[in-house]
Amino acid sequence: MKKHLKLLAVLLALALVFAFTACNKTETPAPGNETVVDPDFKVGVIHISDPAEGAGYTYAHEQGIIAMRDNLGLADEQIIRKINIDDSDAQATKIAIEECIDEGCSIIFGTSFNYMNTMEEMAAEYPDIIFSHGTGYKSNDTNMNNYFGRIYQARYLTGIAAGLKTQSNKIGYVAAMGIDNAEVTGGINAFAMGVASVNPDAKIYVQVTNSWFSPDLEKKAAEALLDMGCDVLGQHCDTTAPQVAAEERGVWGVGYNSDMTKDAPAAHLVAPVWNWGVYYTMATKAAMEGNWTNENYFGDMNDGLIALSPLSENCAEGTADAIEAAKAMILSGEYKVFEGKAIVNGELVDQDLKDNKGNVIVSAGGAVLDDATITGGINWYFENVEA
Amino acid sequence: MNGLINLLTAAIRAGIPLLFGTTGEIITEKTGNMNLGVEGMMWLGAFFGFYVGLHTDSLLLALLCAFAAGMFGALIYAVLTVSLRANQTVAGLALTIFGTAFANFFGLRMIEANGGMLPRLSAKLSGVLANNPIPLLGDIPYIGKLLFSHNILVYLGIIIAVLAFLYMNKTRIGLRMRAVGEAPATADAAGINVTLTKYVHILLGGGICGLGGAYLSLAYFDGQWQNACVSGQGWIAVALVIFANWNPVKAIWGTLLFGMFEVIRFRVGWLRIPPAFCDMLPYVITTLILVIASIRKSRERRQPMGCGNNYFREDR
Repeated sequence: MKKHLKLLAVLLALALVFAFTACNKTETPAPGNETVVDPDFKVGVIHISDPAEGAGYTYAHEQGIIAMRDNLGLADEQIIRKINIDDSDAQATKIAIEECIDEGCSIIFGTSFNYMNTMEEMAAEYPDIIFSHGTGYKSNDTNMNNYFGRIYQARYLTGIAAGLKTQSNKIGYVAAMGIDNAEVTGGINAFAMGVASVNPDAKIYVQVTNSWFSPDLEKKAAEALLDMGCDVLGQHCDTTAPQVAAEERGVWGVGYNSDMTKDAPAAHLVAPVWNWGVYYTMATKAAMEGNWTNENYFGDMNDGLIALSPLSENCAEGTADAIEAAKAMILSGEYKVFEGKAIVNGELVDQDLKDNKGNVIVSAGGAVLDDATITGGINWYFENVEA
Repeated sequence: MNGLINLLTAAIRAGIPLLFGTTGEIITEKTGNMNLGVEGMMWLGAFFGFYVGLHTDSLLLALLCAFAAGMFGALIYAVLTVSLRANQTVAGLALTIFGTAFANFFGLRMIEANGGMLPRLSAKLSGVLANNPIPLLGDIPYIGKLLFSHNILVYLGIIIAVLAFLYMNKTRIGLRMRAVGEAPATADAAGINVTLTKYVHILLGGGICGLGGAYLSLAYFDGQWQNACVSGQGWIAVALVIFANWNPVKAIWGTLLFGMFEVIRFRVGWLRIPPAFCDMLPYVITTLILVIASIRKSRERRQPMGCGNNYFREDR
């Protein structure tokens, strides 16, 4: 009897294993590709969480990878995904990259900031493989570059939607990281400038969770802001919890990463979104054709890397026009956000760019901050921000 | 004043999932088993409660399934520790890992099945679970908002904690259960069925933990499934058991305090408390309580004597 039980246990375990393998869908590539596809060409992607989350950061990157796959006509087997790779765990990152290399990847995309140092080391170790790292700042002379984008352009525009919508003139912002993180802080400032351009009386209240992904903390931060009387919630964090919390209170929100109108249809106004596919397609195509260069990529709205999700019906009247007008100025290069100019009543005027302690960051008419400062040196809050 | 009421209200809502976990774990430990699988059982309850709520629209069924899922997790643990006499710590940890991974894995599949969107409960069920003020009582200034404007699971948590206290301290079976937890050999000699008592209470405790998970998935995130919704609450609940001296009524105050630790950093920004300091507080306080308890050597306010050790009748 015992023997039978053992056998049964083994069989059941095997059945489980096979049951789960069936969960992996294989998809056929879209027809009509222009580049000649090398069936042995493989692309590695290191994701910090699971793209199946349905919204947020990793989801947005995965949408980009899928777009690249379809644009270039790759088969899904040619994409090696490593998911749930904790970016604070250098060893796990290293193993994931090595697995990609073992499986024959020619180019590896690392999507999260803290993969940076590990990727730098691995790039030195494997000079024949292309390492492309997102959101960081390191690169080398040969096989490693860095990619990111001017998401603050889109944040500025979403600030317009928030500024026009608020009635209490209190706008909340759930931020993943504090003032030391230039990416987050710059995003808050751009959003706040957008708000100020249409609503000089509104204030932005910031709550920091100290975590990129935590539905729990994001919800608690959102509740605190809502209790203060904020009636629009912006966010730079990964989950939809702040948007849904706003919806539950009958107020509004501005999401991030992907269009969150589907998650909070009655609350969501518009979200700054990433079309990572623009870069992934370009870089992978170049790698396949052998003309990849290690030039860093800092995409913007003109490239289509940065975009706005469609404006929802919740937006206030006139939002679309105001956003279009500002967007035109940004697209034409007339207005660069972090400079000594501001949009007032729809007109671009010279104005001091001041922080919330009264310091002048750029004096009226002054030139735009350089890219190194924008990506790493914004450690002040714009004048209408309370944190 | 409004700020204070808002802070306390938020603290209550943040603390209640801990209260379910703590009450469940107190019952489990009182019967002589330390189950570190609280987190895992909460995950199981969170997933199954949500899944059933999503597909049936019935709060009762959702809660029953969450309870059953927690019991199922506890059953694995009980078979391992009571019948097979496996190490309690390891079995509990394994249960936590299992429950967390299970719920996240199938949580993602649930999102995929929903066309890549985070599934959301129907408006009808969300409405039942919303923070609706109780008629009349909810209109009392300040107190109404503080005490009578929560979702029904908040009241359920408090009722369960009070019932657990009465059961443990005022009933005959509760006394027997405690006897098993303190001295299983003595209880056995007195004719109490040790194995049965342990099974019943480990399962009961597990079911209550499962309800805590359901609170998180069904009510706390406004009816939207969030992966990582339980995220460590089960561990804080284990710490709270010690803080509450194995007393479910004290646990009510304890959860309020710990809930406060979780929300206070977003409410008193002007104090400039570093967030990491707030995150640390529950653990620091628990450590302090442990130190104080060991100095005091109180017989009533300590872990049950038999807790953590498996009972071998043959070793008597």
